[in-house]
Amino acid sequence: MDLLKVEDLKMHFPVHGGILYRQIATVFAVDGVNFSIEPGKTLGLVGESGCGKSTIGRALLRLYEPTAGKVSFEGQDITHLQGESLRNLRLDMQMIFQDPFESLNPRHTIGDIIEEPFVIHKLGNSAERKQEVLKLLDRVGMPADAVHKYPHEFSGGQRQRIGIARAIALKPKLIICDEPVSALDVSIQSQILNLLLELQQEMGMAYLFVAHDLSVIKHVSDQIAVMYLGRIVEIADSESLYQNPMHPYTQALISSIPVPDPLQRKNFIPLQGEVPSPLNPPPHCHFVERCPYAEQICSTETPVLTQKDTSENHQVACHFAGKLKVL
Amino acid sequence: MSEVLLQVRHLATEFDTEQGVARALDDISFQVKAGETLGIVGESGCGKSVTSLSVMRLLPKPTGNIVNGEVLFRGKDLVKLPAEDMHNIRGNRIAMIFQEPMTALNPVYRIGRQLNETLALHNPEMKKADIHQASIDMLKRVGIPAPERRMKEYPHQLSGGMRQRVMIAIALLCKPEILIADEPTTALDVTIQAQILQLLKDLQKETGMAIIFITHDLGVIAEICDRVLVMYGGRIIEQADIFRLFDKPSHPYTQGLLKAIPRLEKPAKENLSTIPGMVPSLFDFPPGCRFQNRCEYVQTQCEKDTPPLEGHIDDDHQVRCFRFKELVN
Repeated sequence: MDLLKVEDLKMHFPVHGGILYRQIATVFAVDGVNFSIEPGKTLGLVGESGCGKSTIGRALLRLYEPTAGKVSFEGQDITHLQGESLRNLRLDMQMIFQDPFESLNPRHTIGDIIEEPFVIHKLGNSAERKQEVLKLLDRVGMPADAVHKYPHEFSGGQRQRIGIARAIALKPKLIICDEPVSALDVSIQSQILNLLLELQQEMGMAYLFVAHDLSVIKHVSDQIAVMYLGRIVEIADSESLYQNPMHPYTQALISSIPVPDPLQRKNFIPLQGEVPSPLNPPPHCHFVERCPYAEQICSTETPVLTQKDTSENHQVACHFAGKLKVL
Repeated sequence: MSEVLLQVRHLATEFDTEQGVARALDDISFQVKAGETLGIVGESGCGKSVTSLSVMRLLPKPTGNIVNGEVLFRGKDLVKLPAEDMHNIRGNRIAMIFQEPMTALNPVYRIGRQLNETLALHNPEMKKADIHQASIDMLKRVGIPAPERRMKEYPHQLSGGMRQRVMIAIALLCKPEILIADEPTTALDVTIQAQILQLLKDLQKETGMAIIFITHDLGVIAEICDRVLVMYGGRIIEQADIFRLFDKPSHPYTQGLLKAIPRLEKPAKENLSTIPGMVPSLFDFPPGCRFQNRCEYVQTQCEKDTPPLEGHIDDDHQVRCFRFKELVN
């Protein structure tokens, strides 16, 4: 059974303006998204700034109230949970944030920060909690004397380790990782990615891994969903997505990544134009203005996410998928 | 062989702070030839940006000081140049673009004014109408649609990619001989980054300018550079032709860095190789090699003496490591 199932999730934000502060527009941040995550697996969400990938993570954890759609966790509808039951849900669902500088309270010691989840959920007595904190610190590769120190005494990579210790404290079943390594240097990034992979193997957690870097996503994910302007345009097993990208946007995204090898230097025509504003995206296919293959039908009919390949789990939202030659 | 435009010799820069003196650059030597792209790569705090600021004499005053060495631009030492003469070179013959174009552009002036200002400053004899036309032409050249309309807009009305194009336009207005690009694509999405890299390549082909390209991304380096300096802890630890560096990385740090990058072609969920530990603080570098605490090949000599940046095979590939000969393969 799926651990998490998301059906037609929509997250719209009103824009207010004018003298009377009326609603003058709507940002369609997430506009009808379907996916599911199996226990112990990783789904990678990739896309450029403003495509709605972080918003999905936040809507799942109910940091936002979804506008429409249904989210089920272990078969239970959690779309509109409140109070006690929402708090209980968060025993099983945690988050790791992008910026380890802003997600740790500067006035709390590391010990307080990691102990807090136990306190909120009233687990164990003081001595047991302290014991647990030490175990967690050790597990994420931090020295025990960190307990009495403050976040500013640590580097970015170490703070991210602290954030991870806090997230795994309650042994959740799902962790939403929102750009967990994008603020880190390459040599530190690989340490954190390895730690996340090890923890997943040990504890059997599922991850929803949100990032803009497709190489990082490919490295950690079993399945990848590519987003563009609030919609998933392609979703597939990682290897299948990389070997056989079918949406023109996925193809462009893969070919835009600079490869660390001068012998593979590219001489290609980069994708033209920029992502349109999510305030008023093109009405049907959102990618139509930048797509080198766009035809009449793309501006008159919305392509739906459908299986276009022989391989089972590969879905694309493009009228011409499978008929395009790879860039 | 094209001529040498910039020659930096034994440059050292220090920051005088409350916590003490931090030597941010130590014994930096390199040269830049006309028409080539030199990459400077390294992680946060390695001194790559301080190198560019030292060359441009833009170090924060009074804390940042060049304490040793020379920066020869066409034979003239920029370190000793009077401030007025430096004005004539900066932005005119050596120009710079930065990572965050929103902070580099003035938010309260229209784009047009910021372009015109640069030209007027360095070409006082030019007519206003000519300046305006030259600015519009330059915006067109960097690929900004409807340049006449953009001239009247403010920076916040442009997207990140467009702002970076405006920055490039301003930098290129006076036809500089050297363009220093400090992480120009780091804040941009990959598809926009690809556009900007292509633009820089095209403009270089047209104008023959040299580019010093500073980045932490080895992928970008591989895409655009002819030669590379790898920096660590304020020192150059390896310097080579681009193909040589990726083919035979010889410093343990360069080797580790290349192995630590997740790659698309590798199978998912495989453990990445890592460089253990982290960069020591600027205030307490150990004596000897600065990479010693993270290096798997460390020996006693590394803890006492600073390895020299030595020629390796030939002068085009230099490595700062006592054991590089054993490590090449």
